[in-house]
Amino acid sequence: MDYFDPHIHMVSRITDDYETLAKMGCVGMSEPAFWAGFDRCSVDGFRDYFRQLTEIEPKRAAQYGLQHYCWLCINAKEAENVSLSREVIAMIPEFLDKPNVLGIGEIGLNKNTRNEAIVFVEHLELAVKFDQQILIHTPHLEDKYQGTRMILDMLTDDSRIDRSRVLVDHVEEHTVRHVLEEGFWGGMTLYPTTKCTPQRACDIIEMYGAERLMVNSAGDWGPSKPTAVPDFILEMRRRRHPESLIRQVVYDNPLKFFSQSQNFRFTPRETTGEPARTGAALRA
Amino acid sequence: MPLPLTAPEILNREFLEIRCRILDLAAALDRLQRAEGSVADDPRLARLREALAIVQDESDDRAEQVQMVFSRPYDDTWQNALKVAPR
Repeated sequence: MDYFDPHIHMVSRITDDYETLAKMGCVGMSEPAFWAGFDRCSVDGFRDYFRQLTEIEPKRAAQYGLQHYCWLCINAKEAENVSLSREVIAMIPEFLDKPNVLGIGEIGLNKNTRNEAIVFVEHLELAVKFDQQILIHTPHLEDKYQGTRMILDMLTDDSRIDRSRVLVDHVEEHTVRHVLEEGFWGGMTLYPTTKCTPQRACDIIEMYGAERLMVNSAGDWGPSKPTAVPDFILEMRRRRHPESLIRQVVYDNPLKFFSQSQNFRFTPRETTGEPARTGAALRA
Repeated sequence: MPLPLTAPEILNREFLEIRCRILDLAAALDRLQRAEGSVADDPRLARLREALAIVQDESDDRAEQVQMVFSRPYDDTWQNALKVAPR
């Protein structure tokens, strides 16, 4: 089954992973900007990272027929440095017209601090000003519930935010309902130990339905599995869910959400008797 | 959403996996017991015990309840506390 990984950090992966993903049915991915494992010391460090996301990774992906998109921001962990964050936010518009940029992300909270909240709100301003979609990181472990509720407060306080153009990622059993009830999209991250397992992601689909939900691997430099989405597909099949439902979660939903971005010009693989749809057709 | 598999089918499929996970859990707690030192006063152990009690409930939202055991509480006055002005 063709699938789209809506959240995967390919800068952390070797080229062989692109090949493996292509073999397993992946046709495209979106890569949010994130923490590199260390704090960068200058705006130029981020400028180079954004060049990697907008110039290098699309070329690596294209070698295996994969379409690569990305999101730009300074992540919540480095947002503790407010002055650097403001420099990065001011620089981001240099890249917004690059053909694979879908919006602002993954912005959010990490330890739910005042500085993180300030920088989050300033990212929202940027997204509104440039009419960008938003991809949101919610905190880990014991901070997730509190941080997700704080993020939803900040989003719903701002009447300019179009909720159908916001994806709140890393939802789990205790946060998914809040995200969906407020009209946002939700992403489930399939991690080996933290976040969701493929089995629990299937449970959440069974409990909440597939509308506005998607799954991702978030494959990065930590313990993670870039082929976690096929694991989810297999688990759904083992539970005898119809192919149409599985496809909705792993393919139709990501494309429907991303098609709201002007830069999303995804070309599906041709299927027998069906002409390939372009990004414009998908938006329609 | 109706589940395609019946409860007996799910139990047939998952019995060994569930058994394995319970054994892993029991063995981990045994390991804590055998080791030098004490964690009796560690609040994390209390949370583990609270979560185990929830697992034995008969409700259909145990996973969500367990998540809440391991979560910091949400305070809806946080914007005042952190002095972050809503838009």
